[in-house]
Amino acid sequence: MSGFFAELSRNSHAVLVAVGQHIALSVVAILSGILVAVPMGVLLTYHTRAAKIVLGIFSVVNTIPSIVLLGVAMIFLGIGYIPATTVLFVYSLLPIMRGTYTGIKEVSPNALKAARGMGMSRLQMLRLVQLPLAMPSIITGIRLSSIYIISWATLAAFIGGGGLGDLIWMGLQTYNFNMVLCGAVPATILSLLVSFLLNRLIKRTSRHRREEVAA
Amino acid sequence: MSSILPAMLTHLRITFFGVLAAVLLGLPTAAFLIRHERVRRTLFVIIDAIQTVPSLAMLTFVMLVFGLNDTTVIVAIFFYSLFPIIRNTYVGLTSVDKGTIRAGKGIGMTNLQIFSMIRFPLAVPMILTGIRLAVVSALGLATTGVFIGAGGLGMLIWRGIQTRNMRMMLSGAIPVSLLAILFEYAIGLIEKQLLKRQRRSNT
Repeated sequence: MSGFFAELSRNSHAVLVAVGQHIALSVVAILSGILVAVPMGVLLTYHTRAAKIVLGIFSVVNTIPSIVLLGVAMIFLGIGYIPATTVLFVYSLLPIMRGTYTGIKEVSPNALKAARGMGMSRLQMLRLVQLPLAMPSIITGIRLSSIYIISWATLAAFIGGGGLGDLIWMGLQTYNFNMVLCGAVPATILSLLVSFLLNRLIKRTSRHRREEVAA
Repeated sequence: MSSILPAMLTHLRITFFGVLAAVLLGLPTAAFLIRHERVRRTLFVIIDAIQTVPSLAMLTFVMLVFGLNDTTVIVAIFFYSLFPIIRNTYVGLTSVDKGTIRAGKGIGMTNLQIFSMIRFPLAVPMILTGIRLAVVSALGLATTGVFIGAGGLGMLIWRGIQTRNMRMMLSGAIPVSLLAILFEYAIGLIEKQLLKRQRRSNT
């Protein structure tokens, strides 16, 4: 254990840089995932048949192990930050899309009828009723995506994506297990932290939902 | 071609033992949790946190104890499988219709009989869902195992990546993807059949 802390303080700069890269890689992938997947999830609620096909295709893609997609991306896009982010982005889509889709589908028909009765347009209904009520489910999808992405970003190091995976990889190659831990421990902490924060957000948005339904 | 089959068998063996260990521990644990709400809440937080650990980090943590070999991957798969299996089994066992359980009590069933003849059979589709999720993610993790010196299809993929040999990479990537899709589909099909049969016997 003391060896680990010695290694950590010796490499503190490298670890900080790797954490920064890791966060940058994950944040870009997840944000672009949200920007694409939430609107797609919304659109899919208007076409149930298309939804089945699209969600089906993406769930097949998501069963493919991450290292396979990383390998394929490396062959077509080369080595570096871009192919790594692209793969992570593709993986982030399904959970967010599914969360948005089921969240909106589960909005009670009564709430929709009430909204229509008040003379809301489709867009108003979406913005004022459906999206707020679907929020816990959407964030659940985002949480799932984020955990996957942070995990797979460590693998992205193998195709030159940088981040904490670099330290793990260097440590494994030189049999320096303390260096491996310098990558693995921060990655775990990062993941637990994100999961915890998003869980709190889910709770907060669902409380909002209950109050709204009760009122 | 000749190296694919042994690699595939190793891959399946690693996946199988990892998930099997989680099933053997998970099913009794979930049954125990039905009557222990407080334990359940703590345990769910723990296994959910385990689930959150990045796969490469998990492999390296386990590696420190078990070394660079297949066992490490099996143990990591075991840890990751706990959450889907325990959670799904618990949900399956507890979401059984209360009326059915009361009916069981009414005809004089003991608690053990209610469990083995009502709760468990009705929970089987849900348990299978958990096993399916565990198996599919285990197949992926077993590929990652190559980085800590384990065998399996990941080896072919990794060699292909390192030598920029597309064919070698695909000779690992295609079987592993097909296996994942196959298990996803096949177990899903059994779930659906069971649910259909249950619904039919209900009416």
